[in-house]
Amino acid sequence: MTSYLIRRIWQMIPTLVGVILLVFVLFHLFGGDPAEIIAGQNASAQQVEVIREQLGLNHPWWIQLWIFFKEVVTFNWGSSWATHESVSHIFLTRLPATLTIMIPLFLVTLVLSVPIALGVAYVRGSLTDRLIMMATTVALSVSFLVYIIVGQWLFGFELAWFPIQGWAPSLWTNLALYVPLPVLLAVLVSLAPQVRLYRSFFLDEIGQDYVRTARAKGLAERQVVFKHVLRNALIPILTDISLQLPGLFVGSFLIEVFFSIPGLGREVLLAVNRSDYPVIQATTIYLAVFTMVINLLTDVLYKLVDPRVVLK
Amino acid sequence: MWWQATQRLRQDRIGMGALAVVGAFVVMIVLVSLHLLASDWAQERGVHYANPTFLGPGPDELAMIEPPPGQMLDLTAVDPLAPHYADIERRTRALATTLKPRIQTLPFGGDRYGRDVLKKAIKGAQVSIVVGLAAALVATFIGSLLGAFAGFFGGLIGDSLEWLYNVFTSVPYILLIFAFAAVSGRGIASVIVILGLTGWTGVYRLIRAEYLKHSTREYVRAAQAIGAPPLTRMFVHILPNVSHVILVQLSLNVVSFIKAEVILSFLGLGVSVDSVSWGTMLNEAQSELILGKWWQLAAATLFMAVFVTAFSQFTDSLRDALDPKLR
Repeated sequence: MTSYLIRRIWQMIPTLVGVILLVFVLFHLFGGDPAEIIAGQNASAQQVEVIREQLGLNHPWWIQLWIFFKEVVTFNWGSSWATHESVSHIFLTRLPATLTIMIPLFLVTLVLSVPIALGVAYVRGSLTDRLIMMATTVALSVSFLVYIIVGQWLFGFELAWFPIQGWAPSLWTNLALYVPLPVLLAVLVSLAPQVRLYRSFFLDEIGQDYVRTARAKGLAERQVVFKHVLRNALIPILTDISLQLPGLFVGSFLIEVFFSIPGLGREVLLAVNRSDYPVIQATTIYLAVFTMVINLLTDVLYKLVDPRVVLK
Repeated sequence: MWWQATQRLRQDRIGMGALAVVGAFVVMIVLVSLHLLASDWAQERGVHYANPTFLGPGPDELAMIEPPPGQMLDLTAVDPLAPHYADIERRTRALATTLKPRIQTLPFGGDRYGRDVLKKAIKGAQVSIVVGLAAALVATFIGSLLGAFAGFFGGLIGDSLEWLYNVFTSVPYILLIFAFAAVSGRGIASVIVILGLTGWTGVYRLIRAEYLKHSTREYVRAAQAIGAPPLTRMFVHILPNVSHVILVQLSLNVVSFIKAEVILSFLGLGVSVDSVSWGTMLNEAQSELILGKWWQLAAATLFMAVFVTAFSQFTDSLRDALDPKLR
């Protein structure tokens, strides 16, 4: 196990170097001149030159790459070009808001989608199954934007059940007051694809021979479904969850924009709009690292869920 | 094989229905591109937020504003312009102005400037679908090409392409799009490039697996034995046998890229301001709903939902018809 972990971590290094290179090439070759972005439109040529000197833009590209590399490794990104807030401070202060929204959303979706999918898969081919599948197709074809626009108008404005948007410094106020509406709308959106996907996982398992064997030897239906089918289908579900986890940290940027939630997703979008490169670069690279770690953890979790899996 | 697949597709009634809807949209887009339809979408023909025709004309909002009560104050003594009013009046009368009559109602309502929402939705369909299709073509082309090389050659080429794939997939997709959007300009062409360059990984994965499988098959080894060079084997012999996978991936990508374009345009990272797409329409609709002007939201949503549903259904039928495993 230890040697497996060490080897996997060792294998992450080339990928990480690749991500750093990708970000560097992207911003270096295709991005606008950082000095001009920082200096603004009214700056003199001399001011631009001073900033170029400060940022090390007059060095050849390999030295700049080295500087960039050092920034990544030492977590020292300097500060945002637009607000002069340090990038690490941005991370620390924006992440809690994002997680306050995303963790309830993630849990509610999971708790709802697995039972619904299992139920629908169990009665496959029936009218209920076909109706739910049709409903998910229609639900999938409507843009996320429409859900939010209509939801905010209906629940926030017409019915006035929830505040339309807002955020408070206290976690409990947020959870009680500001989180329910965005989570409700996002669950409506993410439920449809999730149910379809998990249903197909369950269907794959329900058709297997071992299920027939379990029934043939007289096991109770409950045991067949929950002990045999559910546990086996957990493996692809786990993969799907692990694919979603890194997304939790950028959050659903659309939700954050619509509901004025001071989270990381909105911050990244703001950064894109004002060409605030350090924020975008830092988020991209650290989230890539995070994704790799999650992937590793998932592989280890497979072992716990399914003892047959051999890590090699 | 293609003939058989076509036969199977013909028997699929839902698939054919979906194909008819998609076909209707294609005809519409061709007409728009030839400037035969909705070419005057930007003309401000109706009144401010003109009602849809079936609702009848809305109340005249100007007439509803009551005149202020009380007497107007006489400011002649302090108004520096007071001596010139007569002169200004005379000069303005000398200039001929015609007030274009505005239509009270439009077929499916008007937007803030009185533009026809139906025409906007049709023009927006052209922009959104063409962007989605073009981006899907770019992504599928890159994915297939790299996948073919990685699967066929393996070795150093395969490893480095796998590395590239790992790099691209380790960054969350939406963040990758943002990073590309941060450095590129705005406009239709950049949206296509952004979505194309970030969206190839799924196709790559599948095509690589197909090429891995096919490259050791007997027909390929036979071709090698008679002296066919690698590129011929890859693109003349194997490609036709995996083209159905590529086709299904292409149509799956179209749907997801149309959705992505709508979101990017909505956020202002997509098509430019003077153009219209379903995303920019939704952006305008956001503030209209609260005023009770629901038609722009309804038009964009309806057009998009019908097209996306039909296209997804068609993709499903296509996959059923082409997938050898379900035979």
